[in-house]
Amino acid sequence: MIRFIAVRLLGAIVVVWLVSVVTFLIFQIVPTLSHTSPVYYYIGKIPFPPDSIQMKALTHRFGFDLPLYAQYWHFLSGILFGQTITDGVSTPIQCSAPCFGYSFRQHQLVGTMMATAAPVTISMCIGAAILWLIGGVAVGTFSALKPGSLVDRVGMTGSLAAVSLPIFFTGPLLLLIFEYTLGVLPDVSYLPITQDPAQWLRSMILPWVSLAFLFGALYARLTRSNMIETMGEDYIRTARAKGLSRPTVIVRHGLRAAITPIVTIFGIDLGTLVGSTVITETVFNLRGLGYLSIQAIQQSDLPVILGVTIIAAVVLVIANFIVDILYAFIDPRVTVY
Amino acid sequence: MTNQTTAVSTPASTPRSEPLLSVRGVSKYFPGGSSGLLGRRGKPIKAVDGVSFSVEQGQTLGLVGESGCGKSTTGRVISKLLEPTSGEIRFNGRDIAGLKPREMRAYRSEIQMIFQDPFSSLNPRHTVGTIVGAPFRIQGVKPDHGIKAEVQSMMERVGLNPEHYNRYPHEFSGGQRQRIGIARALALRPKLIVCDEPVSALDVSVQAQVVNLLEDLQQEFGVAFVFIAHDLSVVRHIADRVAVMYLGKIMEIADRDTLYSEPLHPYTHALMSAVPVPDPRKERRRERILLTGDLPSPSNPPTGCVFHTRCQKFREELTDVQQDRCRTELPVLTEKTPGHEVYCHFPAPRAGLTDLLKTGVPA
Amino acid sequence: MTTPLLAPAFRADGSKRPFLEVKDLRVHFPTADGLVKSVDGLSFELERGEILGIVGESGSGKSVTSLAILGLHKGSNAMVTGEIWLDGREIVAATEEEVRDLRGSEMGMIFQDPLSSLHPFYSVGTQISEAYLVHTKVSKKDAKAEAIRMLEKVGIPNAPNRYNDYPHQFSGGMRQRAMIAMALICQPQLLIADEPTTALDVTVQAQILELIKELHDELNSAVILITHDLGVVAETCDKVLVMYGGQCVEKGLVDDLFYAPEMPYTWGLLRSMPRMDRDRQTRLTPIPGSPPSLINVPSGCVFNTRCPFTDRVDGDKCRTVHPDLQQGATPGHEVRCHIPTAQRQEIWLTEISPNL
Repeated sequence: MIRFIAVRLLGAIVVVWLVSVVTFLIFQIVPTLSHTSPVYYYIGKIPFPPDSIQMKALTHRFGFDLPLYAQYWHFLSGILFGQTITDGVSTPIQCSAPCFGYSFRQHQLVGTMMATAAPVTISMCIGAAILWLIGGVAVGTFSALKPGSLVDRVGMTGSLAAVSLPIFFTGPLLLLIFEYTLGVLPDVSYLPITQDPAQWLRSMILPWVSLAFLFGALYARLTRSNMIETMGEDYIRTARAKGLSRPTVIVRHGLRAAITPIVTIFGIDLGTLVGSTVITETVFNLRGLGYLSIQAIQQSDLPVILGVTIIAAVVLVIANFIVDILYAFIDPRVTVY
Repeated sequence: MTNQTTAVSTPASTPRSEPLLSVRGVSKYFPGGSSGLLGRRGKPIKAVDGVSFSVEQGQTLGLVGESGCGKSTTGRVISKLLEPTSGEIRFNGRDIAGLKPREMRAYRSEIQMIFQDPFSSLNPRHTVGTIVGAPFRIQGVKPDHGIKAEVQSMMERVGLNPEHYNRYPHEFSGGQRQRIGIARALALRPKLIVCDEPVSALDVSVQAQVVNLLEDLQQEFGVAFVFIAHDLSVVRHIADRVAVMYLGKIMEIADRDTLYSEPLHPYTHALMSAVPVPDPRKERRRERILLTGDLPSPSNPPTGCVFHTRCQKFREELTDVQQDRCRTELPVLTEKTPGHEVYCHFPAPRAGLTDLLKTGVPA
Repeated sequence: MTTPLLAPAFRADGSKRPFLEVKDLRVHFPTADGLVKSVDGLSFELERGEILGIVGESGSGKSVTSLAILGLHKGSNAMVTGEIWLDGREIVAATEEEVRDLRGSEMGMIFQDPLSSLHPFYSVGTQISEAYLVHTKVSKKDAKAEAIRMLEKVGIPNAPNRYNDYPHQFSGGMRQRAMIAMALICQPQLLIADEPTTALDVTVQAQILELIKELHDELNSAVILITHDLGVVAETCDKVLVMYGGQCVEKGLVDDLFYAPEMPYTWGLLRSMPRMDRDRQTRLTPIPGSPPSLINVPSGCVFNTRCPFTDRVDGDKCRTVHPDLQQGATPGHEVRCHIPTAQRQEIWLTEISPNL
C-alpha cells in the first residue's frame, strides 16, 4: 500500500512539474508570436519603445535576456524557495516560498492575492460538491428503484432540465427570486467563515444551489444508470436470497457498488471545478480564483495568470491522486502493488 | 469453387511422413505482474510449458484439461494469435516462425478458429453475410460466383437458411450462432481449424447437432481439428488422438481408444473418475478420485512433477523414496507403448476405473 | 381474508402436506413482444431428506421456478400464480416481508456463477456472517465465529485467515464452497442449487456435489438441484423432474427416469449426450430443431415440433391436444405424452435403449 501511494505520489509530482513547464513556456512564447516582449505582460504598461535603452535595461533587470531554462529555474526556485522581488526603484519585497511572483499591475504579491481569493472558491466548491453528491445520488437511487415510475420520470426530466440550464441562467434567476423579490437573502456579500459564519453561509447558499443543480443532475443520471445495472447483478439476487431487508440490499449491496465509479468522477469534477469557477463567481460577484484570473486576463497580468493556472493544475492533480488512493480502498479488486 | 482460396506457397511436395501440424517444445510465458517502485517484473506465468504434439491431415486432436491448464493458450499459439515464447511450430512442412508477412496471410487462411462463446465472438453490428464473407475480403479471394453466392452455399452447408444472409447475430439462437462461426472458419477451406470449447456453451441437444456437423464437415473437406474442451465425453466422441494437459504441460497423450481404455497418468484417472455418467446404479458404486487442494500457480509451479501436490497416487500409494523422486525429479513425456506417451515417474493403469466406463454392457 | 380452520400443514381434505408442495405454478413475464410463459402449470412435491433434480435446457423454466420458490420474483413485473407450500406456509400469496423471513433461514440458494453471485466489495467472511446476522440475534463476533466454523465445514483450509479474503482471491471451487456455507449457515431445511457446478471443472464439480450430498445427509434437508446435465442428476438425485418449454414433461424416481424413461424428450436428451460408459457411437443422435419460443408455445404437446414420434399417435392429436401429466408404467412416474404407456415402454426397450 505504501509503495502504491509512493508511486502515485511520484507520478503526481511529475505531472505538476510538467504542467509548470508547459504553462511557463506558453506564457513566454505567446507574447513573442505577436512580436511583443513578455516584459510588457510581466510589468504592465511601460512607456518605452521596444528598442530603447530603458527597455533593454528592464529586460535585463527581470532576467528576460537569460536563456529560457535559466528563466524557468528562476521561476521554479521562487515557488520552491522564495525570492526577493525588486524593480530596482522601490524597496525590495521579500516573497517567501511558495512565491508566484509579483503583480506590478495590482502592486501585490501574487501569492497574497491567491491566498485571499482561494477560500472563496474553495468554500463554494466544497459546499456545492457535498450538496450535489448527496442530492444527485439520492435522486438517482430513487429513480433507479422503479424505472419508468412517476418518481423516475420526474427525477430524470428534472435533471435533464437542470443539465441544460447554464449557471448564468440559474444564478441570476435565484438571485432575482431570493435576493430581490422575496428578500430572504438581502445581503449576499462574502465574508470569511472565520469572521462571520452566518454571513459566509448567506453568501454561499445561492452559488452552492446553482452549482449543485447543474452537477447534481449529471450525478443523478449517472447514479440511476449505475444503480439499475447493479440491481440486475447476480450478487443482488444473492443478497435477497439471504433474506436481507430491502433497504439493506439497496444501500449496502446496491449503492455500495453503484457509487464506486462515481467517486472517481466526483474527485475529478471537484478538481476541475476549482479551476473553472469564473462564471459562477462573476454571477454572484464573489472575489475568488475565477474572478482573479478573469481580471488578470483582462489586464494581461502575466504573473497572476501563471499562478492561478498552476494552482488549478495542482488542485486537479491532488484530487486525482486522492481518488486513486481512495479507489484502492473501496474496490478491493484494484491491484495494489 | 476453385482452388484459388488455398493460394499458400506450399512446398512442391510435402513429404508423406511429415504431419500437417507439428508442435515441438512450444512454450508461452506471460510476463508476471510488476512489483516494486521501478516496476520490476515478477515471475513469468508459464501458461504453456514445452508441449509437443502433431496433428495429421483430416484428423482431430483433442486437448483436454481443467481451466487454467493452458489448452486455450496452446490453441492461440498454433493459430498465431499469440507468439510462442520458444519452440517450433511446423505447418505443412514449414516452420511458421520464419514466415514473411505475405506468407503469414496465407498461413492465416489455412488455419482458422472457432470460439466458445457464440454470443461475444460475433460482431453484433455485422450481418451474417458480412461475417462469413469477411475471410474472402481480408484475404482478397474472389470465389467463382462471387462472395455472396459462396457465403450462401456455405451457410446452407452448415445448416443455416441462406435467406438469412442479411440478418444480425442476435436474431439467431446459440446453436445457430455457433454454425455462423463454423461457416466463417470454413469459408476459405482451411486445412486446420482450432476449435476452442466450441460446444461448451450449448444445450445438450444442440451440442450433439454441432458435434455431428463438425464431423460431417471434416469428412467432406478433409480439414483437421484441434479440439479444445473440458468435457471428456465429447472429446472421446470427436477426437482421434487426445492430449491431457495440466499446468501448461501435457500429462498424457495417446490415441483415443488407448487413452480411454488404458489411461496411465494419475491425473487422467482423476479426470475420468470425475465425469458423471447418466446411469444412477453405476454412479452409486463408482469410486471417485477426488483431487485435493487448488491448482498451483503457473508462475510458481511445484518442483519435480507439477502434479505431485494433488496426486492421489503420490499421497496414498508411493513410498517415501518414490515420493522424493516425484518431488525433486522432473518427469519427461515418455512413450510407454507406441503412440502412448506419459509424463509420470510411476505410470500404471488403474483397476476399477475403466471397466466401469469402457464397456457397453449396461449394469 | 379467510382463516384456514385446519393447521396450515394440512390440506383442505385433511391430508398432511409434504414439506414442499408446488401446485400449478405459473410465472409469466409481460414483454413488448408478448407474454413470456416461463413456467406454465408446474406441480411437484418434495420431502425432507430427498434430492430432486430438475433437468432442462436453457429457457425451460427451471431457474425461474427456483426463483419463484424463494419469492424472488416479488417486486418485479413477473406474474406468479399457483401455490407454493413450504413447511405449511404459502409463498406465492405471502408478502415480501413474510417471504424474506424464510429466505436464508428456511430456504437457502446457491447459484451457477459463484464469482458474480458474491459481492465483489465485501470479504467472503463478511458476506457469510451477514447471512447469519439477518436471522439470528447474536453479536458480530459470534457471527464471525459461526461463519468461520461454516467455512471449515465446507472444506476451506485455513478458514480464519481466508475469512477476510475477497471473492476474487478465491478459486472457483472455493467460491462455490463459500456460497454453500452462506446458504447453509442458518441450517435451512430447503436448499436450492441452481446449476451449482456448471461453471466449474469436472474434478471440482465432483467435490462440490460430494459436499452437497454430505451436508444434505447431515441436515436431513430437502434439496432441489437444477442442472442440464443428466450425469449430475444420476450421481446426486433421488427424484427427477424434466422440464421443457416451461412445463414438466416427465417426473419420477431416478431409476425410472434413467432405466425406463417414457417421454420422447427424455429419450432425446439421453440419446444426444456422448457417454463415457458406453462404447463410442459413430454418430450422436441430436434432438432436431431448437427449443420452443416461450411466447408462442406450440399448440398441443409442447414438444411436438421436435418430436420424432408424432406419427405414433392417431390423427393430429400431438399438434392439437395438450397432453396431461399422467401416470406411467409405475406409480410416481408421470409422463406428458399421447403415446399409450405400453407402446412407450416398447419403444424404449426396442428402439431407444439398445442404441444408447
